[in-house]
Amino acid sequence: MNISQFLFYFLTVLALFSAVMVVVSKNPVHSVLWLIAVFFAISGHYILLNAQFLAIVNLIVYAGAIMVLFLFVIMLMNLNASAEPQKNNWLKLAGVIAGGCFMMVLVSLVKQANELNNIAVTMGSGEIGLIKNLGKALFNDFVVPFEISSVLFLSAMVGAVVIGKKA
Amino acid sequence: MTLLAIDWLLIIEKLILIAIIVFASLGIALYTTFAERKVAAVLQDRPGPNRAGPFGLLQPFADGLKLIMKEEIIPSHANKVLFVLGPGLAMTAALMTCSVIPWSSHLEIFDRKVDLQIADINIGILYIFGVVSMGVYGMMIGGWASNNKFSLMAALRGASQAISYELAMGLSLIAVLMLSGSLSLKTIVDGQMAEGSYWNIVYQPLGFIIFFVCALAECNRTPFDLPEAENELNFGYHQEYSSMKLGFYLFSEYINMIMSSAVMASLYFGGFDVPFLDESTLAPNIAALIGVAALLTKIVIFIFVFMWIRWTVPRFRYDQLMNLGWKTMIPLALFNMLVTGALILLKAGV
Repeated sequence: MNISQFLFYFLTVLALFSAVMVVVSKNPVHSVLWLIAVFFAISGHYILLNAQFLAIVNLIVYAGAIMVLFLFVIMLMNLNASAEPQKNNWLKLAGVIAGGCFMMVLVSLVKQANELNNIAVTMGSGEIGLIKNLGKALFNDFVVPFEISSVLFLSAMVGAVVIGKKA
Repeated sequence: MTLLAIDWLLIIEKLILIAIIVFASLGIALYTTFAERKVAAVLQDRPGPNRAGPFGLLQPFADGLKLIMKEEIIPSHANKVLFVLGPGLAMTAALMTCSVIPWSSHLEIFDRKVDLQIADINIGILYIFGVVSMGVYGMMIGGWASNNKFSLMAALRGASQAISYELAMGLSLIAVLMLSGSLSLKTIVDGQMAEGSYWNIVYQPLGFIIFFVCALAECNRTPFDLPEAENELNFGYHQEYSSMKLGFYLFSEYINMIMSSAVMASLYFGGFDVPFLDESTLAPNIAALIGVAALLTKIVIFIFVFMWIRWTVPRFRYDQLMNLGWKTMIPLALFNMLVTGALILLKAGV
């Protein structure tokens, strides 16, 4: 077992365990913190695939900015375990079965997809995740969708300012 | 020496380096608290701490001992796990920055080239940015877990302040990236050391001022220490903390100061470069040690400026802080970015 395999298993276990804890935690603030751990583990996977830029942007945007906003909302609403509505046990069981079925469908889909068959993962040697190649791809091949999505963000920002001014 | 296909010598070398840098920054932070009190004393025309040891030099140890010996109190309605996690996160985030800073070139020990940088990753600046955005969690979690409305308000202030100033900081960094064409801090420093090029401060005076102001805000230093505004919030987000947990919060602030000084020195002031000295003529080991000394000198100067500002400029009001961040710093940073880009294109003759 070489070091990248070891890291892969470690990160995978960490990601799955944290993801389960997000769902299981009674306290919403704990859930958010476990979700941050999931993002860290996924960033670790990106680094194993030699996509350092994706890894760090995932951390900055999701773990650093979006999760802070989640925390803001949860802290200000003062949600805690006692305020959470008590769910029926049967409802929980139904949720577990439905979620499990959905996972089965996803796994079988991934397993049978033609594009994914017979493709070995290139660990630590892929080039597309590096900032240079990603930037070239974004600004040459995908420049129109890239610019359109930035306009979309701008309009969302203007909308937020307008709503904020009204209140 | 390969077991599990790992280069153990490299790991040992890196571990030693990490230990040295972590303990050195803790030691410097210890004496930064002392320097803060002395600088304050000089600026306010009073002697300052002078009882413990010669010139009061043992004062930081006395302070540390006092903090450790104090009773440890966890408020009854606090969330215990998060209450303990908060200071740890603040400290970890503060120390993590040191891993990408190039402390000097390299040492040669027994034919082995030891780089004095823990990790030269090709996304160095973004890494610093990511760690800075993690720093918010220590403050927020600590403030929330204390179950005290003043702590919570201070934590919210601190987090929104950090998020607001991160934007302008990132925009001012982009101009540096345009100049150097790399995200690796080592490459940026090497670019400034190269023959015929000046430190980045010459090309980026406005960018440096923006970065410096944002660093002040990120470190919660006066005039931006709104999360600790005593007259409005009692003591700030760490007011329920006692003993060494409080010590961790106070200490992480000083470590943040050291690290942001090191980043500023590396980005704008040539890192470990000594002006008017050609390092390549010296033996590599001597050049490396001189480089460390040069970087430390620059860090000390920056820390002094931080303190000078703290004891000279009064605190901003919260709306003034937000206006400065969003309506002055971000437009200025955008302007700086545009001008830099235009000049680079003009020089390239496109």
